[in-house]
Amino acid sequence: MFFNSLLTSFAALEVGQHLYWQIGNIRLHGQVFLTSWILLGALLVFISLGTKKMENDPKGLQNLLEFLWDYIRDLARTQIGEKVYRDWMPFIGTLFLFVFVSNWGGALIPWRLIELPSGELGAPTADINTTIALALLVSLSYFYAGLSNKGWRYFEYYVHPTPIMLPFKILEDFTKPLSLSFRLFGNILADELVVGVLVFLVPLILPIPVMFLGLFTSAIQALIFATLAAYYIGEAVEEHH
Amino acid sequence: MLAFNYFGATEGGLFDINATLPLMAIQVVALTYILNSLFFKPVGNVVEKREKFVSNNIIEAKNKLSEVEKLEADLLTQLQSARTEALKIVSEAENESEKLYKEALELANNEANASKEKARLEIENQTNAARDQLSKQADDLSELIVNRLILEK
Repeated sequence: MFFNSLLTSFAALEVGQHLYWQIGNIRLHGQVFLTSWILLGALLVFISLGTKKMENDPKGLQNLLEFLWDYIRDLARTQIGEKVYRDWMPFIGTLFLFVFVSNWGGALIPWRLIELPSGELGAPTADINTTIALALLVSLSYFYAGLSNKGWRYFEYYVHPTPIMLPFKILEDFTKPLSLSFRLFGNILADELVVGVLVFLVPLILPIPVMFLGLFTSAIQALIFATLAAYYIGEAVEEHH
Repeated sequence: MLAFNYFGATEGGLFDINATLPLMAIQVVALTYILNSLFFKPVGNVVEKREKFVSNNIIEAKNKLSEVEKLEADLLTQLQSARTEALKIVSEAENESEKLYKEALELANNEANASKEKARLEIENQTNAARDQLSKQADDLSELIVNRLILEK
């Protein structure tokens, strides 16, 4: 009963409600795609503006993009290793940019002002579908990286120090995507909920520090996701001696 | 019951997994290709070209620096040898000039001594001649005086 009244008082938050799109037999969460298209469109416009006129002496946006590129390269290189980081840099960079843009876009843009028939717009990464999609892509990537680099020898990794590790390593293949997806999902959703509840209770000033904290966690989560993805790939391509 | 509805309902809920998942995965893969051709490749080309340029320049500068150092060392040894050469020449010249000086001094001394001797001899001769003449004149004079005295008488 208590929970019920709590729910009605938070009715404005609309947790777990979605804007459903029905295409034939399949159902989609429309709000996730809407926000992701807006944010990715903005990202692509930003990037095309910055790379439109590349010069040897970088100016303005090109500087920023080069800094970003360098940052992603360092991340990929330290985690994956000098030998194959080039192949995986675009993937790691895309993960980082996608998660970062989604998180910050969800936190910075007042989506709630846009009325939807059902559900509300927010960070695409606050939807479990998005984070599981990203995590499964990471899983596929590290399997592919390991198999394409080492062939069947990749499975030596499962018995690497001793065969006792085998069950744990197999378990890891399940816990990796699980932890990746739930960490991101939980952090971003929790941040949105905390800000939402605080705005609902005290609309002035008080939510601002929490919003800043949210921006901080959002950036950290993007970095963690990309770093872990790179680390898993690096672990798969690493040569054991 | 409510919690179930809230989080895991068949319709809606936080853990409502549906076709959004594969479509989002496809979208991210497509984004990877787009970003690769739009961002990672062009920026990477520019950055790596510049890095190559910078490292080439550094290598070139290092080569030039080592060349300069080699030349400097060469010049230093040349300078050293030139200095010792010059010192040798100077000391040789000093010896030479001292020798010449001594020779000239000796020559001059000899000459001076010779001409002094010659002058002394001449003076002596002349003195002797003058003395002879004087004594002869004195004799003449005394003879004259004697003759005159004798004639007076």
